Amino acid sequence: MAQIRIQNLRKDFGAFTAVRSSSFTIEDGEFFMLLGPSGCGKTTTLRMMAGLELPTSGEIYIDGEEVAQKRASQRDIAFVFQMFALYPHMTVRGNIGYPLRSQGMSRAETGVRVQEVARILGIEAILDKSIGGLSSGDRQRVALGRAIVRRPKAFFMDEPLGALDAEFREHMAEELRALHDRMGATTVYVTHDQLEAMQMGDKIVVMNHGVVEQFGVPQDIYDWPATMFVANFIGSPSMNFLRFDGMVGAGSQSVDLSGVPVEIPLSRDGASGRLVLGVRPEHVRLDDGSRYRALVLATEYLGTTQIVTLSAAHGEIKARLPADRHVGVGETVGLRFDPRTITLFEGERGRALRSAANERSLGHV
Amino acid sequence: MSSTSITEPSAGQKWFAGALVVAYALISILPLVWIIATGFKTPSDAIAYPPKVVFEPTLEGYVNLFTTRTRQPPEVMAANPPETWYDRIVAQYDMTIVGPSRFGERFLNSVVIGFGSTFLSVFLGTFAAYAFSRFRIPAKDDLLFFILSTRMMPPIAVAIPIFLMYRAVGLSDTHAGMILLYTAVNLSLSVWLLKGFIDEIPVEYEEAALIDGYTRFQAFYKVVLPQAATGIASTAIFCLIFAWNEYAFAVLLTSGQAQTAPPFIPTIIGVGGQDWPAVAAGATLFLLPVMVFTILLRKHLLRGITFGAVRK
Ligand SMILES: Nc1ncnc2c1ncn2[C@@H]1O[C@H](COP(=O)(O)OP(=O)(O)OP(=O)(O)O)[C@@H](O)[C@H]1O
Ligand SMILES: [Mg+2]
Repeated sequence: MAQIRIQNLRKDFGAFTAVRSSSFTIEDGEFFMLLGPSGCGKTTTLRMMAGLELPTSGEIYIDGEEVAQKRASQRDIAFVFQMFALYPHMTVRGNIGYPLRSQGMSRAETGVRVQEVARILGIEAILDKSIGGLSSGDRQRVALGRAIVRRPKAFFMDEPLGALDAEFREHMAEELRALHDRMGATTVYVTHDQLEAMQMGDKIVVMNHGVVEQFGVPQDIYDWPATMFVANFIGSPSMNFLRFDGMVGAGSQSVDLSGVPVEIPLSRDGASGRLVLGVRPEHVRLDDGSRYRALVLATEYLGTTQIVTLSAAHGEIKARLPADRHVGVGETVGLRFDPRTITLFEGERGRALRSAANERSLGHV
Repeated sequence: MSSTSITEPSAGQKWFAGALVVAYALISILPLVWIIATGFKTPSDAIAYPPKVVFEPTLEGYVNLFTTRTRQPPEVMAANPPETWYDRIVAQYDMTIVGPSRFGERFLNSVVIGFGSTFLSVFLGTFAAYAFSRFRIPAKDDLLFFILSTRMMPPIAVAIPIFLMYRAVGLSDTHAGMILLYTAVNLSLSVWLLKGFIDEIPVEYEEAALIDGYTRFQAFYKVVLPQAATGIASTAIFCLIFAWNEYAFAVLLTSGQAQTAPPFIPTIIGVGGQDWPAVAAGATLFLLPVMVFTILLRKHLLRGITFGAVRK
């Protein structure tokens, strides 16, 4: 059980910076997600935390102890690799017991611990099978078994479900989360799948190009993205961006969108020039009374809801509407945006402007 | 599965493929069988025309291979009746055994030099290949190219300089010199082959071991080596075959002390007429170690080719 704190962590590979200056804190017992697109530095960050890669600079604290330059074996963590890294020449039992045997634990004691882990994971029946014949799900369980058998301070997992097909992934994800809830061990989990991160994580760090974009609980990250990158990366379909030139004063509660006033949460920051209004598709409503007009381009029926694609003065807008609301392609409709959920971004750097609604969520960054 | 399946060969195709394999095996093994058979013939059977396929086997060739003999006048022969089975064999030709030949010694040289250089090539090659495979080394690609470039000309092209240098430093006609030379020639092959094999072993295995509390060397020794066994075995076989069969350097650099079997075997012909059975016997015995070595390592060659537990 451990709290892990990362401070200004940086990693250069030659001239290339894989991780720029990451800071975040993982509380004891949390299921923590490192989320971001491919190549953004998730694996590198995790490997530095595990001691498989030395940081160029910055600190890593595990339970208050600075470990950035310490050997992997001195950090008492377990790592589940992107590929399972099981030893093909050993049985399941041999694989799970391996970390204990390598630490010099007696055969008898190892046997007891392996049995216990097998019971937790429900793999007692395959203990004496060789790795080669196992399904990928069972291999995944064995890999987990090898990690938990040591009772480490924390588990690090690098896309542990990447090898599984979609259906089974979901099942394993639930299993993992349930396992975590039973054991309560701090877990750091790398994924590029935003849905997985939202479903499983207590907290999420969103990374892009080696930079931590946002860090917080899933709900806050979804509702109150700190950057346009996060807004775009999370949610499907992603947040609508309405780009406009204008200004917003600190304390104002509306912006002028090409002559149409749009209500926004009470703004704390002031800005002018190129701005972006962000609104999630489910917060776009049809309202014939609205002066903000748009042309219906397409509708996509999804059962209980439908996704309606519209063309407006500020580009394409997607709206998630109830499925029974009839919308005809080619129709011109009025749009209204739920004022409580709007985020304004400054257009140049893509950062969210602080408002009464999101200031609490942005506090972490 | 239907008979028109693409993946499953039809009965006729299987039969044809089987026949081809058998034919190829027969053709390959025929010279070998002929050499082994010749070793058990008498000199006259060995050069009989048409060639004798059925003959009465004798150990004459082997006796001649291992002994030096001298012709005796009839009275000496009569005075000393042959006592052992090998004395009787040479007595047929009015000869007695005066001592062992140098074959045993040469054979032993081959064993020492062949296996010694193989061990060194594989030992050094494994460490070098591991380093090339796993660590960030400046100018790695250039270094690998340099290593391989030593094989871009026939080794014998540098024979004269090596001959002169060996003479100067006293390595000519020594076991150490030959082991060093064959190791030098084999090492580039060994590094390249083994690097390929080690590259195939996912680095996660070692990292898992590092996290589990092993040192880098323990991880190498307990995790990488067992999985590289296939590669090490096949590399060892290639190295041994080269060192074992090498002829040109052996002729040039060895004579009295460290001569290996390849340059020695042809000289058997010269001793007391064209003794083909003795040459064939020498060749047969010469084949054995490499064959045994290969057969012993064969299970390593086959095992572990499929890494079942690794997602590719
Ligand atoms: N050893 C290395 N040497 C040079 N560059 C590296 C090294 N390891 C990683 N990188 C680079 O650093 C960047 C981040 O890599 P990293 O593996 O952390 O990405 P990731 O977020 O885990 O991506 P993925 O989802 O593809 O696994 C990538 O551009 C990668 O090419
Ligand atoms: Mg990765």
